[in-house]
Amino acid sequence: METAAIQLKGVSKRFLPPAGTVYTALRELTFEVGPGEFCAVVGPTGCGKSTTLGLISGLEPPSEGEVLVHGKPVKGIAEGIGYVFQTDAVFPWKSVLENVAAGPRYHGANPREARERARDWIARVGLAGFEDRYPHQLSGGMRKRVALAQSLINEPRILLMDEPFSALDVQTRSLMEDELLDLWSTSGASVVFVTHDLEEAIAMSDRVVVLTAGPGSIKGVYQVELPRPRKVNEIRFDRRFSDIYEEIWSDLREEVLVSYERAKRAG
Amino acid sequence: MSELSALAEPVPPAGKVSATPLPSAVARRRRRNLQVQVLRVALALVLISGWELSTRIGIVDPFFWGRPSGIAHQIWTWITEGTAQGPLWEQIATTMEETILGFLIGVVLGVVFGILLGRNRFLADIMSPYIKAANSIGLGMQSKVALAVVLVFFIVFFNAFQGVREVDKNLLANARILGADDRRLTTEVIIPSALSWIMASLHVSFGFALVGAVVGEYLGAIKGVGLMIVVAQNTFNANGVFAAIVILATVALVAEALVTAIENRLVKWRPNAVTEVTI
Repeated sequence: METAAIQLKGVSKRFLPPAGTVYTALRELTFEVGPGEFCAVVGPTGCGKSTTLGLISGLEPPSEGEVLVHGKPVKGIAEGIGYVFQTDAVFPWKSVLENVAAGPRYHGANPREARERARDWIARVGLAGFEDRYPHQLSGGMRKRVALAQSLINEPRILLMDEPFSALDVQTRSLMEDELLDLWSTSGASVVFVTHDLEEAIAMSDRVVVLTAGPGSIKGVYQVELPRPRKVNEIRFDRRFSDIYEEIWSDLREEVLVSYERAKRAG
Repeated sequence: MSELSALAEPVPPAGKVSATPLPSAVARRRRRNLQVQVLRVALALVLISGWELSTRIGIVDPFFWGRPSGIAHQIWTWITEGTAQGPLWEQIATTMEETILGFLIGVVLGVVFGILLGRNRFLADIMSPYIKAANSIGLGMQSKVALAVVLVFFIVFFNAFQGVREVDKNLLANARILGADDRRLTTEVIIPSALSWIMASLHVSFGFALVGAVVGEYLGAIKGVGLMIVVAQNTFNANGVFAAIVILATVALVAEALVTAIENRLVKWRPNAVTEVTI
């Protein structure tokens, strides 16, 4: 069997806030993502979804356990990783072109070549003509496209996405979801897609990992056997979609309730 | 610029950023600007003529307070006949030289140390009591340039330091993921991000550099506007003191305009970069 693109083996992550006690975000987390697989991670608020991405990317080291990317333990930021953040992380002082060209330039491409490739990617995410704009002159959806192009231009073999579309309106969102699926299908990259939206998770992914209320560990893993290519707006009406949805939701609901009860007690 | 930010959402087709606002809105804004200008001049006229008048009818003693017509006359004399220390432009040039030199050295040192310590928390924790202490003892220095440097340094330093600390963690993480090394992180993320903080400090600190140079001259110099103030004071020439202050104020206003122009060039990516400095 091919080595998995991403392996987490008994990973725990604890944080020590400046004031206060140790906070455990993840406990004994074990799962794998295959090469070219689209894997969604869902779970209640504060269950360590984003932390998981931080560990895979190498931005944060695990407290215990092992994280392997392409069979090698993660030490610092690994090559071939793309990360689309939940909040805007495009550079506000760079134009769209310079933002997208940043990756190749950091990897040593000469500025002209980098711009050339950036133009190509800007066109691919549908922003041709906006090269010279600054992020504040763009809408939220367009900024997400910039972020997407910025990540994909590095041709990552692993793409990490942290609720990338949660701030968008519903129409823009389903549009972006379809476009992401298109871009992904030609890239062959493995995707870990964190979301709190179960519908989005099922519509897009091959596999859904449900995490428990924090500290996060695996609650269940579900295979999504829906045909591709998919249109997220159409697949939602598929019979099989609702079957899977119900199955996962019964799992997820328990955890959401736990997390909700806790928040109520804390508040 | 406000037209531009109003257009940010929804976004017009590429290349067409120049959609005109409603004519009535333009007219209203123009009228308001005109009102502001007229009232500004009117306020100056009222204050100056009030001053002039009160010295003429004897409410205020012109021996201590000078008199606008006398101040204008003094400036005119300086321009046409030169000052006691030589031509007027030479005095201004001397003061400006000290100011700009002090300003530049102070800014460079402030930015370098601010970024250095902002990047290195450990070093910052070690240095912080010394820096705070140095901030209060620097004022005893004799040299004009050094005085300007010290005044500028601390303002710029604290702002640069804070600016580095305030850099968005997400932007840093993003740059690292995209492949930026430490040097790139500094030049491409930290400095641009801290730039608006640093620019804000430049507005204030140029004034401080001027104050540093003038106070330095006040304490001992052979040329400069500060010396002109001393000379006027020693000869009981109130008009001369005020005239020198008017010259300094003019220089400060010109410098402020320059700093604003530089700022608008450097941080043109900011949504509302082009605004007047509001009080």
